[in-house]
This record gives sequence, C-alpha cells and structure tokens, in this order.
Amino acid sequence: MKGEPLISVQKLTKHFPFRKGWIFSRKAGAVRAVDGISFDIFKGEILGVVGESGCGKSTAGRVILCLEPPTSGKVILDGRNITRLDRASIRKLRPRMQMIFQDSYASLNPRHCIGSIIGEPLRIHTRNTRQQIRTRVMELLDLVGLNPNHYNRFPHEFSGGQRQRINIARALSLNPRFLVCDEPISALDVSIQAQVINLFQDLQKELGLTYLFIAHDLSMVQHISDRVAVMYLGKIMELTTRERLFANPLHPYTQSLISAIPIPDPEKERKRVRILLNDEVPSPANPPDGCVFNTRCPIAGPQCRLLEPESRMIFPDHVVVCHKADRNNGSLITDSTAPL
Amino acid sequence: MDKILEVTDLITRFHTFDGVVHALSGVSFHLYRGETLGVVGESGSGKSVTMMSLLHLLAAPPARIEGGRALYFGDNGPLDLLGLDTAGISRIRGGRMGFIFQDALSALNPVMTVGRQISETLVEHLGMTTARAWNRSVQLLDYVGIPEPGKRAAAYPHQFSGGMRQRAMIALAIACQPRVIIADEPTTALDVTVQAQIIDLVLRLKSEMNMSVIWITHDLGVVAGIADRVMVMYAGTVVETAPVDDLFYRPAHPYTIKLLGALPKIGQAGNYRLESIDGTPPDLLEKPSHCQFVWRCDHAGDRCWQDIPQNREISPGHQAACFFPFTDKGVR
Ligand SMILES: Nc1ncnc2c1ncn2[C@@H]1O[C@H](COP(=O)(O)OP(=O)(O)O)[C@@H](O)[C@H]1O
Ligand SMILES: Nc1ncnc2c1ncn2[C@@H]1O[C@H](COP(=O)(O)OP(=O)(O)O)[C@@H](O)[C@H]1O
Ligand code: SF4
Ligand SMILES: [Mg+2]
Ligand SMILES: [Mg+2]
Repeated sequence: MKGEPLISVQKLTKHFPFRKGWIFSRKAGAVRAVDGISFDIFKGEILGVVGESGCGKSTAGRVILCLEPPTSGKVILDGRNITRLDRASIRKLRPRMQMIFQDSYASLNPRHCIGSIIGEPLRIHTRNTRQQIRTRVMELLDLVGLNPNHYNRFPHEFSGGQRQRINIARALSLNPRFLVCDEPISALDVSIQAQVINLFQDLQKELGLTYLFIAHDLSMVQHISDRVAVMYLGKIMELTTRERLFANPLHPYTQSLISAIPIPDPEKERKRVRILLNDEVPSPANPPDGCVFNTRCPIAGPQCRLLEPESRMIFPDHVVVCHKADRNNGSLITDSTAPL
Repeated sequence: MDKILEVTDLITRFHTFDGVVHALSGVSFHLYRGETLGVVGESGSGKSVTMMSLLHLLAAPPARIEGGRALYFGDNGPLDLLGLDTAGISRIRGGRMGFIFQDALSALNPVMTVGRQISETLVEHLGMTTARAWNRSVQLLDYVGIPEPGKRAAAYPHQFSGGMRQRAMIALAIACQPRVIIADEPTTALDVTVQAQIIDLVLRLKSEMNMSVIWITHDLGVVAGIADRVMVMYAGTVVETAPVDDLFYRPAHPYTIKLLGALPKIGQAGNYRLESIDGTPPDLLEKPSHCQFVWRCDHAGDRCWQDIPQNREISPGHQAACFFPFTDKGVR
C-alpha cells in the first residue's frame, strides 16, 4: 500500500460487561461492541468505516484514541503499542490524535466564548502565552472558514455547520496528525454537509492529515475515503479500496448495504433491484454463532451457522470475511443492483 | 387527474417571546389521487408545520394559522380542513388521513399495548366491537410484516425494535383505510437496510390500498426512488414543484440546482469537489419582503431584493418561484 502504517489495529476487542438482578447482582454477559478487528491506517489516507448503528464504530474510534482501554488487542502508533499506557503518557499522546463528534453542540461549553473553547487544548497542553494562543486561535478560525472577529461569540450564536467548524478548529489546535471523525456531518443539512466535507478534504491536503472517518451515509463515505471498512456486530466484514468496494463488493452484507443506498437519480432508482435483508441486527450481547451475519444473510449455508469465517485476502487490497465470497462472486450484485 | 387535497396560500406563524416566527409564508400545493408527492427541504423549512397545520396538530398558542385554505375532496364533496371543529378534525385524523412520524416512540402511547391502541382507533372511527377490533389489529400487524402478530399485539411500544415500532405505527396509521397517508421523515432515524424495508412496505401498502402519499424527507435519494412529483421547500415557501424526472434532470430554481450539486455522485469515484451552498437559511423572525433565497443565490438581480417571486409555470406541471428560473432553453 502507500508507505507505512501510521496506526496498526490488531485483534482489538472491547466488551462491556453487564449484570442481571439487583441484590444478587452477578456477571451475566457482555456486549461485544468491538470483537476482534484488525486493520492498518496509512499515513495521509482517509479510512472510512461504515455499518449500521450499534455495530461498534464509535467504540472502535474511542479505543483507538485511548479514550477507553480495550478488553484485548493492541493499537500501534508509529511502531509503539499505545494500549495500556498510564495517564501521563496518554496525555502526551493527546496532541497527536483528536476526535470530532456528531453532536456539535454537546461538545461545546455553552458558557465559554468560541475563542476560549478553541484555545483550551493549547492552555492545557502547551506553555504558550495568552497572546500566542490568541494569535493561533485567530489563525484556526480563518483556517476553518470562520470570521476571526467572532472570537468572543458564544456557541449558541452559530448554526450547526458553523459549530462543527468550531469543533474542527479546536481539534486542530495542537497540530494533530490523526483525526477520528465520528459521524461529523450526520446532524447537518445537505447544503451544509457539502461545506464541511470540502473543509475536511482541504485540511487533509493542506496539513497532510490522516483520518478515520466514521459514517452511516455510504455515499459520503465513498466520496471522501481512500479505503473503506464495513463493520457488522463488532467485526469487520470487508475492507478494500473505495473503488473496489463500490464496483465489486464481495461480502453479501456489503452488497445489500450498497443496494439499499438511495440514489438521487430517478432513472437509476427505477432500474435497480434492492437486496432486502430480513429482520434487524441481532443484539451484540448475544451474537449468532458461526458467521455473525448468518441470520440475515441471503446466501448462508450450513457452514455459516457452524463456523466463524476467517479473514481472507481475495485480491491484493481486498479482504473479506465470508465463507462463500470468492473472486468472481457477484452472487447478489447484478447490473440492476449496482449503483453505477 | 383528480385532486384529493388542495392547499392554497397557507400562512402559519408562531407568536413567541422573541417575536413572530414566519414559519409558513403562503404555501400552496395539491395532491392527486393515487400519487406519491415527495416533500424535500432542509430542517426548519416548514415541511412538518405544513402538514401539522392541515391536521390541527400544532399547539395554539404559539401557533396561529393566519391564512389559507386546505380542501380535502372526500366522498361527500370538498371539506375545508382549516375550518373544521375539534370533532370534525378528529374524524379525519386517523380516519381519512393517516400520519406516520419519524419518532414512533413519541407517537405511540407508551403505557398502552400496541394492539389496544390500534383497537381503540378502530372502535372510535369504525364503530367496531372490542373483540372484532382486536382481531383486526392482529391482522393489521401481520399485514405490515410483524412476526408473531398475536403475541406482539399484547406488547408495549418500548418492547419493539426501531424498525418494528415503525411498522406498528404504520399499522395504526392505515387501520381505518385512509385515503391519504402523510409520512413525516419516517425512515430518517433508521439504518439503511431497515429504511429499505420500510420504503418497500409503504409503497406496497399504497398500491394495495389505493392511497395517496405525502412523503416528507430531506434525502433526495429517497425522493428519487418513491415520488411521482416533488415539492421543494425553503424558508417557509414552496420554491419548486415538478414531476420527479423534471426536478432531477431539469431543475429550474437556483436552490434546487445547488441542492442537487451538493450531493456526492454515487458510483462516480474520483476526486471532485462537492458544490457547497454558502451561507445559511434566513432568520424566520423577519417578515419576508423579497425572495428568501436571495442571500445565497448566485443569480439574484435587483428584482429579487424588491419583490416576493410567485410560482410560475416552467413547463406543464412544473412550477418555480423565481424571477430568473433556468428553463429548457437555458434562458434566465
Ligand atoms: N459505555 C457503554 N456501556 C455499555 N454498552 C455500550 C457502551 N458504549 C457502547 N455500548 C454498546 O456497544 C455497541 C456498539 O456501540 P457503538 O460503538 O456506539 O456503535 P456505533 O457507533 O456503530 O453506532 C452497542 O450495542 C452499544 O449499546
Ligand atoms: N413551537 C414553535 N415555536 C416557534 N417556532 C416554531 C415552533 N415549531 C416550529 N417552529 C419553526 O417553524 C419553522 C418550520 O419548522 P418545521 O416545519 O418543523 O421544519 P421542517 O421542515 O424541518 O419540518 C422552523 O423555523 C421552526 O423553528
Ligand atoms: S459467511 Fe455465510 S452467512 Fe456470513 S456473509 Fe458469508 S455467506 Fe453470508
Ligand atoms: Mg456511533
Ligand atoms: Mg420536520
């Protein structure tokens, strides 16, 4: 691939144990939010992560950024294992990796002016003078397309798209190299989404950033990502370049996801055939045996209910976790289902 | 074609402490029998307030309907929905017109079983006996694709998954065989595979029960797949109405054109920039005195700052409220 990985995620799991009963509370099981995922993120690339809500995207992002410890597995940053570091070492890592959330409002303190919000990481992590911080915040406001004269305004005076720009400015204040963007545009209107997506792309080119870009909007992920990972019930089902994923998806789950994207083109919509999946995603507290997708999979066979499929590289750069996927498996996707 | 609903110059305002919110400034549209009308527009453009005004679902105060007419053409001739009293509108609501909301959990009564809620509607509107109504509720749940309907009818809304709850609300909305279904962002909170199931379901019901559907969404992809005609709203006004192909292939209003340009081109990989629309929608606390899109429009002329553009015909069935619309000949 392109050079060396910035981040290498290895067999990462995050389980949330839960208890049952009040008085004699005992360990009853665990939500397997992230269940053994492995992938590399290369320097300067945008890796998209898609999957239905509850499949573990946000949890994966938080664990990779050391905001939560993993249950098992490793995250390697620049050759160094950063899981299970002590607080002080994590603090030292903070400037290098940042997260941007979906809810632009909840992550901004309503009682502080935006200048002070954006400058906060600089006050905590650097010894810059007040004047230096102020100058840097002005630069950041300009960089994300906000008026530097609005330094003293408060979050409620801004629209959703502008608030997301404030979050981006704050995340960039310490010159991070890696950003986890967790559904950063889901709450925004179409006309504003385009502004923010363009900003993400410009910043990536200008500053050479690396992104893990989490979203459930597949068409936006296709637009922005270099490679895409598809998650289902805490596991990665397929990982490949965006061109391959959308032109030649091999996993039946990816195929049905792609066939379900609404396309803003009436003629294409009339021609295509959707692969409708039954039911909904099972609970991650009690995932199915064998392949976790087998309860909804249109082509599942007996082996799928019995054995967990292994991750197989079917083409260079194209990894699939499915017993039945093979090189010419267009099993479900046909010309009429493809969005192309 | 035969109209089932005709709304003319609807004006709804909210009288709040901050001032008067001009939520709807003269909304006009109609719905033909058997068609699906897609309503798109960004949040705050007035999509929900339009439909809630028709069915008297807005709390007054602060809401006040200050103008307009909304004719429903039923079996007994036209009926002005805005002029109905409480009893009259409750006969329509849940009877002739069904409403599907985005958030099923807040639309369903949390302390009543799903079967009982549907039964009560049947008893109230169709005068069924309780026993018969219960049987029919179970049949309805079965019809909308809920497994083990007999058992599920006795369950409470919170015991349903997101997709199943949406199906239960749909069962409630169609219980009395309405002529019109208004679906307000019914799939926005759902995942794409479940969204596909719900769209499939509503379209099947629509054709089997011969209903007309108003489908509100902000997703232009959904509209392209389901609508016969599309109406685009912006800041409390209807800016464009057109048959679905005209809207997507021959848009006339600058806002519609920009909105379509802001979407990623699915299937077209490669590095192109999305066309973004700079700025934000206007503050509705100000009474409109000119085109509401003028601040964000690349083609605005002097007239656009002086007058409110009225709907004008671009081609048969295709209207845009703009002084300088794009037309077939590219003339503005
Ligand atoms: N702090 C937590 N405690 C218990 N369960 C959690 C916690 N955070 C997430 N989960 C569960 O883990 C699963 C994955 O959640 P999440 O990572 O938020 O998914 P996504 O971002 O893909 O929607 C869900 O079932 C969720 O309920
Ligand atoms: N109870 C209310 N009080 C004041 N303003 C309201 C109220 N309800 C809605 N509005 C305003 O009316 C406008 C239209 O809202 P709505 O129809 O809900 O938009 P949408 O197109 O997103 O459905 C918005 O600007 C909103 O702020
Ligand atoms: S492994 Fe089997 S069940 Fe899982 S996706 Fe592949 S075919 Fe379907
Ligand atoms: Mg999430
Ligand atoms: Mg609404």
